[in-house]
Amino acid sequence: MKYVDEFRDPRLIAQAADEIRRLVDPGRRYRIMEVCGGHTHAIYRFALEDLLPRNVELIHGPGCPVCVLPMGRVDDGLSLTGDPSVIFTTFGDVMRVPGRHGSPLERQAGGADVRMVYSPLDALRLARQNPDRHVVFFAIGFETTAPSTAVTLRAARQVDIPNFSIFCNHVMIVPAIRAILDSPDMRLDAFIGPGHVSTVIGCRPYGFVAREYGKPIVVSGFEPLDLLQSIVMILRQLREGRAEVENQYARVVPWDGNGPALRALAETFDLRPFFEWRGLGFISQSALQVNEAHARWDAERRFPVPGIRVTDPKAAQCGEVLKGVLKPEQCKLFGKECTPERPVGALMVSSEGACAAHYNYGRRRTAVA
Amino acid sequence: MIDAQATRTFTDPRIEMAHGAGGKASRRLVEGLFAPLFGDPLPLALTDAAPLEIDGIRLALTADGFVVRPLRFPGGSIGELAVNGTVNDLAVSGARPLALLATFVIEAGTASQVVEDEARAMAAAAARAGVRVVGGDTKVVEHGKADGLYITTAGVGRVDARVRVDAASVRPGDRVLLSGPIGDHGVTVMLARGAIELEAAICSDTRSVWPLVEALVDAAAPGLRWMRDPTRGGVATALNELAREARVGIAIHEELIPVRDPVRGACELLGLDPLHIANEGQFLAVVAPDMADAALDAVRRAPGGEAAALVGDVREDSRGMVLAVAAYGTSRVVDMLVGDPLPRIC
Repeated sequence: MKYVDEFRDPRLIAQAADEIRRLVDPGRRYRIMEVCGGHTHAIYRFALEDLLPRNVELIHGPGCPVCVLPMGRVDDGLSLTGDPSVIFTTFGDVMRVPGRHGSPLERQAGGADVRMVYSPLDALRLARQNPDRHVVFFAIGFETTAPSTAVTLRAARQVDIPNFSIFCNHVMIVPAIRAILDSPDMRLDAFIGPGHVSTVIGCRPYGFVAREYGKPIVVSGFEPLDLLQSIVMILRQLREGRAEVENQYARVVPWDGNGPALRALAETFDLRPFFEWRGLGFISQSALQVNEAHARWDAERRFPVPGIRVTDPKAAQCGEVLKGVLKPEQCKLFGKECTPERPVGALMVSSEGACAAHYNYGRRRTAVA
Repeated sequence: MIDAQATRTFTDPRIEMAHGAGGKASRRLVEGLFAPLFGDPLPLALTDAAPLEIDGIRLALTADGFVVRPLRFPGGSIGELAVNGTVNDLAVSGARPLALLATFVIEAGTASQVVEDEARAMAAAAARAGVRVVGGDTKVVEHGKADGLYITTAGVGRVDARVRVDAASVRPGDRVLLSGPIGDHGVTVMLARGAIELEAAICSDTRSVWPLVEALVDAAAPGLRWMRDPTRGGVATALNELAREARVGIAIHEELIPVRDPVRGACELLGLDPLHIANEGQFLAVVAPDMADAALDAVRRAPGGEAAALVGDVREDSRGMVLAVAAYGTSRVVDMLVGDPLPRIC
């Protein structure tokens, strides 16, 4: 398959792994965070850690939108299904995310009108097809999916569809990276920058990582060869004492981002003063809300939302895993109370979460070690 | 009589969709509730047929319920699935399918044409599979209660005298044979539901696998250890069940597993693993190493078995686990599916 097989070529992968071994100083430890959940999933899915020297460690960052969504937001969103006129729609990613009283999938099995959609525009179409119902789209994701919510808001306003609204949980990656860099127990040498997010925001917003914190960051694709090449680029920077933003994923990511997508975001959303991230706590100016001009399509303005807060059990050490202080398997609950089937903490919720990925794909390494 | 209270381990408070999805939750329900209450010989009959011996004649008996939305999809329909699904459960027990019973649960208000179409599809599939539908039952439920039509089929088959399939006979060194490309059925139905606007030139693989199994039995019966049709939960779930039952490790080589390009493409796009996707016309077999090539050759020469492949082997290490080995030498754990596969978007 084009654009896939070339990036899984065993010969090239072996070459890249050799280059990594050549660049690594055996006397030092390298701690590299891949920010994006898609990367975490790919690293486990392709078992790339098998190819890295032992002193090159990958730390799995906060870039899984489902994982960092506080449980209370799921409960708040699902509370709208108490109104029988409401059709609750969301992405497949959210369907299994547990709230206190069950996941959207469980609510659906219990009779609530919960539907999985592939795009927010499908939810808008559902609203036009069901004029006597109100369709809520539970929006989630980083800057990757936020533009599709933005164009849906724009369309809802243009065509003036009254029975549709957005329950917005969109978050932004840059404030999360800064929060991690500012954390006192931060022990990272470099970042693998997000791929899909960067197709929208470009590479410029990461400048502060290099400038202010002196850490290299390389925006990367998702295939095995992409990730290995990004690690090579990072190791070269570290070896040469450089700290720069580099773009490994130039075949998809424009340096300046996607102008029309960014304009759609600016036209429909405002920054929230602060937003809670599961595992990381409150981060200021890290999330989007529907702006005043589109208030009619904001579910949080149209419906009474209880504002539920659910704190994770103390024993779950998600924050430490997110910041790279602990490995997933070092958490006290990992694989015991907390499994992908019954997640306790944030990182076990989605297959892109570090703990779920480690549980699904990586346990053998722990078992052998 | 067993003490059911003492052995029941199923504690989930409600039945959720996941309990019917063929993965871990389904296993908990059957092993934790049904098996202890019904007792032997059910405990191992999770998906395959139950063996029965009557006056020295070995029979296989199975039943399967079919609920699918939409009722018709490219390459098949619920009626065709209802025949082939039960036929295949018998086939992978080494039994030549003989006869089926069919029960229809029909939602009031369903067009008669829909029922006729499905009855015709069943008759045609039964004729192709060489079985007869010899009886059954019909119930009609209130409008809004049965998604149009549910069909349950029960089947009986005669076990080929040369066949002894049992997970306990699987040994390290054995090879894993897969009859053809995976994922066609599950991806076809997912796309046919229309929630995802993707078009792909694929259709369900629903068919009887008995001709392929028969070819395999003719060529390699003494070396044939185990068979399973990887339906819900896919190849990953079927092999995980084997790994646990037989207490062996299983390594599969990802590049050897046949997957059609449109299925691969859809899975890449939606964040799904073809190993977790349902099949309705394929089977897995474990064969002794000295007969593996003969077995593969026989399946490949049978019509519809051209894409069969030896995709893995049974190992001493990593007991109870399935590992996928990549062409570039790394390996990962392949777990059973939890619930239905859902697309990843954000």
